[in-house]
Amino acid sequence: MIPLEGLGPLLPEHISEFVVGIALFALIWFVVAKKIVPMFEDTYAKRAEAITGGMERAEIAQKEAQTALEEYKAQLASAREEAAKIRDEARAQAAQIAAEIKQQAADEAARLVESAKTQIEAERSLAVRSLRGEIGGLATELAGKIVGESLADDAAAQRTVDRFLAELESEKV
Amino acid sequence: MVAVPLEGDAFTPPGTQSFNSRPLFPSEGWEQCHPHGELLEGCSYTETWTDAWLTNHVAQAVIAAVLVLGFWFLVSRNQKMVPGRLQFVGEWLYDFVRNGIARDVLGHEYRKFTPYLVALFTFILVNNLFGEFFVFMFPTFSKIGFPYALALCSWLLYNGAGIAKYGFGTYLRKQVLPEGTPIYLVWLLVPLEFLSNIVVRPVTLALRLFANLFAGHLVILVFVLGGTFLLEVKDNLFYNFTGGISILFSFAIFALEIFIGALQAYIFTVLTAQYVHSSIAEEH
Repeated sequence: MIPLEGLGPLLPEHISEFVVGIALFALIWFVVAKKIVPMFEDTYAKRAEAITGGMERAEIAQKEAQTALEEYKAQLASAREEAAKIRDEARAQAAQIAAEIKQQAADEAARLVESAKTQIEAERSLAVRSLRGEIGGLATELAGKIVGESLADDAAAQRTVDRFLAELESEKV
Repeated sequence: MVAVPLEGDAFTPPGTQSFNSRPLFPSEGWEQCHPHGELLEGCSYTETWTDAWLTNHVAQAVIAAVLVLGFWFLVSRNQKMVPGRLQFVGEWLYDFVRNGIARDVLGHEYRKFTPYLVALFTFILVNNLFGEFFVFMFPTFSKIGFPYALALCSWLLYNGAGIAKYGFGTYLRKQVLPEGTPIYLVWLLVPLEFLSNIVVRPVTLALRLFANLFAGHLVILVFVLGGTFLLEVKDNLFYNFTGGISILFSFAIFALEIFIGALQAYIFTVLTAQYVHSSIAEEH
């Protein structure tokens, strides 16, 4: 056995160093373990949570955006389809309207032509009738002047004029 | 350092007596035997409990503990998700031990041992830096009692961790009998492993820390005290010049001692973690 005095500085000068060393270190260890480390670890955990939580939130947001985009796309496509349908319909309708108007115009034209014809006919027959009277009178007058007063018999003269006019008409037709 | 032959008061080179503690409240007996702070040869007195327990070095250790705890409380209170300057410093140091020592050495079981290693590293670091800073200019752990104390704690920790995990018998077998030992070597390996793993580890831990700081402080004393003495020698410019050089050089030694103090704190902590790892490791 080495005599303790022979240890020199390897022998504690006072046992107090050793005891106080253990006591102080135990105290520091205890406080660090109970207070300090939990505070740091708590912060680290929260930080990690915040980071991963943020990432999760971002992922969700991205997913949402994706669905929204798809929805918009679908809506856009359906809107386009609808627009095309409406356009087709409008086109068809326009064509129909045009046809109707054309028809109406044609009808109107036909009606106008018809009424014009009727009027013309009526006026013609009126003119014919008045002409017939006038021409008869003129002719009679003319004939009377030519043949003298012999043809004063009205009834006979009228008959002759009528016959003449009928001939004229039949010739013209 | 050889005492310079001089007429008048001779130079007493620094030695182990330079590391003696001083009582904060010296008893009469102590005062009588230490007229100039140094023990008179042949003088004997009865040491009171205040002489033994309330010494400057014990006080230094207490102040170190207060500083360590104060530092940790300061940097860890009001913690924010985005750290401020103080919290950043605290996290840097905490991560240095937690990730750089505990996690690297211990792997996934590091959480349990982080508090011990954080406490160990900062306590040793502050005490070692006392050798170069503050009013003390004395590294607490150059008093061997303190390194012994920490070594005992680490010894209890790594043995305790192993026993807690495997039970006493299995742990002891794992420690003294490496797996795959040929049967004819058992008689040789068991005592060797027992000696190296159970007996020698705490001793080397304590002695490494102590010797580095003791020697470092002694070198500083030699350069500073010797230099001062030479600087004050009358009518000898050569002595004065060498004394000045010696004091200038002591600044370099101071810088070296700061580095060694930090390094030894790191080594003590890493080795403790390493020992813990070897006792809880699944296989050797």
